[in-house]
Amino acid sequence: MRLIEAIRSALSAIMANALRSLLTMLGIVIGVAAVIAMVAIGSGARNLVDRQIRSLGANLAIITPGNVTQGGARLGAGAASSLTDDDAQAIKNEIDGVIAAAPFVQGGTQVVAGGNNWATRIYGIDNDWFEAREWDVAVGRNFDPEEIRRGDIVVILGQTVARNLFGEDDPIDQTVRVRNVPFRVIGVMAPKGQSAFGQDQDDVIFVPLDAGRRRVIGRNYAKDGSVGSIFVKFAREEEIEPGIELITRLLQQRHRIVGDQEDDFSIRNLTEIANTASASANTLSMLLAAVAAVSLLVGGIGIMNIMLVSVTERTREIGLRLAVGARPRDILSQFLIEATTLSTIGGILGIALGATVAYFVAQLAGWPSLISSEAIAVAVGFSALVGIFFGFYPAQRAAKLDPIEALRRE
Amino acid sequence: MALIETRGLRRVYDLDGGRVVALDHVDLDVAQGDFVAVMGPSGSGKSTFMNLIGCLDRPTEGHYRLADTAVEKLDADGLAALRNRQIGFVFQQFNLLPRVDAIGNVELPMVYAGVDRRARHERALSALERVGLAGRAHHRPMQLSGGQQQRVAIARALVNRPSLLLADEPTGALDSRTAEEILALFQELNREGVTIVLVTHDADVGRHARRLIRFRDGRVIEDIRQQPLEARREEALT
Ligand SMILES: Nc1ncnc2c1ncn2[C@@H]1O[C@H](COP(=O)(O)OP(=O)(O)OP(=O)(O)O)[C@@H](O)[C@H]1O
Ligand SMILES: [Mg+2]
Repeated sequence: MRLIEAIRSALSAIMANALRSLLTMLGIVIGVAAVIAMVAIGSGARNLVDRQIRSLGANLAIITPGNVTQGGARLGAGAASSLTDDDAQAIKNEIDGVIAAAPFVQGGTQVVAGGNNWATRIYGIDNDWFEAREWDVAVGRNFDPEEIRRGDIVVILGQTVARNLFGEDDPIDQTVRVRNVPFRVIGVMAPKGQSAFGQDQDDVIFVPLDAGRRRVIGRNYAKDGSVGSIFVKFAREEEIEPGIELITRLLQQRHRIVGDQEDDFSIRNLTEIANTASASANTLSMLLAAVAAVSLLVGGIGIMNIMLVSVTERTREIGLRLAVGARPRDILSQFLIEATTLSTIGGILGIALGATVAYFVAQLAGWPSLISSEAIAVAVGFSALVGIFFGFYPAQRAAKLDPIEALRRE
Repeated sequence: MALIETRGLRRVYDLDGGRVVALDHVDLDVAQGDFVAVMGPSGSGKSTFMNLIGCLDRPTEGHYRLADTAVEKLDADGLAALRNRQIGFVFQQFNLLPRVDAIGNVELPMVYAGVDRRARHERALSALERVGLAGRAHHRPMQLSGGQQQRVAIARALVNRPSLLLADEPTGALDSRTAEEILALFQELNREGVTIVLVTHDADVGRHARRLIRFRDGRVIEDIRQQPLEARREEALT
């Protein structure tokens, strides 16, 4: 009750010098904006990493043929791959901590069902795929091991493909034609949504590895059991790095790579890639934290300065208030509330600015902008604290004024 | 029992150029309900005296009792409470808050008395009514004449119903007609029982009081109990 009145009179004092007050707030505005942007960008990046992990699957490494470090001279699609089913099998059997090794081939294709025609990506996979990617069918069933072994011409559709080919109809046991081969639909995948890079992950179909190799994608794969890539899933994150070491040695042995011969494969830790994104977000966050700290300090000093000016300007007012019965602590709280109101308004403006900055950064970086209510509460609380801290000295000076001297001051 | 009792009141200012004895050994009693005019040449210590009995300043030496309270024993909060409840001060320069309207200015002492908003508003309005300014409640000081501003200041001084009203040259900044009106207001208040101590340079104003105290060089050199002008007029008529 008294506080609301005090805030109202503080507001009128602030408004009496609106431009000056605004300039004073600037430091706080920038400081709080930096805090808000920092938190938003930090959590946006974390969210990106989470999403990436969620869409790919956690603790995943990918083995691709060729050597990416070799001046970018990667093998073109369709060229014979150095990786094989047996490599995947060996990795799964011999490397500790590996819970899935999913060899696959992939390509682009047209899928036809009845009069409908849809261009999509096709993956030839085995059952480890679903485990590695942490993804499963929603309708129908998964491939059974026999279908995988025989390379049956059955297909599992992604949601987007199912919707585009069959609309509302049940696609199970329907036939879709891929390169004129009639595949029987046995399942539809659960929706996965967009990838971290904005691709529609549901625009995809899956067939058994051998069916893919023999009938759809580059037939030369089939001859030697070679595959496009292998996803390797580890049980725990800390097993990835040593695991990659072991896999490298195993594959070198299997591919008979000796001495200083180049590897004909490369292994990337996908968790690492996600972490790189979050590391750069962290750098940005640190930078913003530094900006925030400096701005809040400068803003606080600005508030102290303007409050000292204000106390000097309003010495007569203070004298009068004392003369009609204000206690020193009434004067103290009046100026403290004024400083705090000033810094809190700065904080609120800062939140607006920070939210805007965070929004544009998020747009640029392609991750969701996350402005948490906690960040807002912390920012408001912090700016209020800055006001109290830096307002204290001027307020105390006001409270210590002698009434008669204050009244006499011009 | 006297409302004001000073014994050996002394106020010395220490300056670079030496000591100024602004007030020297003042023993004075002012009775409840009295109307005292304080006169004397410039620099004689009138304002110093007013500030001391108004609890705005502390004496260098001596004792001061206001309404039986030993003022020199009070701390800052105690003095503030006394200023708030017992004393109403009217200044030559009005000292109104420029950003606040008339009624807001009058409410100020009640803010520090902890009176709630509604009661504050009502009492401030009736105080403004009392000084004939109910119609100007929402004018700011800038929008009021000097006389009106001083009325607002008087309403502010009265609003906590103090036992003592102190006025240091309240008409000093006003023309003589307005000064007359303000003075009449003081007399009315005095008739209602408010004790008034008023500093003036104007002998005419002095004659309105029941008691006249004259200062020189920080000492009381004259203390006359006189009949106020009205009483004398009335006597003359009968
Ligand atoms: N703050 C101060 N510091 C130093 N000396 C002061 C101060 N205030 C007053 N004095 C001195 O004390 C003496 C009394 O001053 P005071 O203001 O009480 O006079 P006054 O009777 O009110 O005069 P006036 O009629 O001009 O208002 C003067 O000599 C003055 O110079
Ligand atoms: Mg004076």
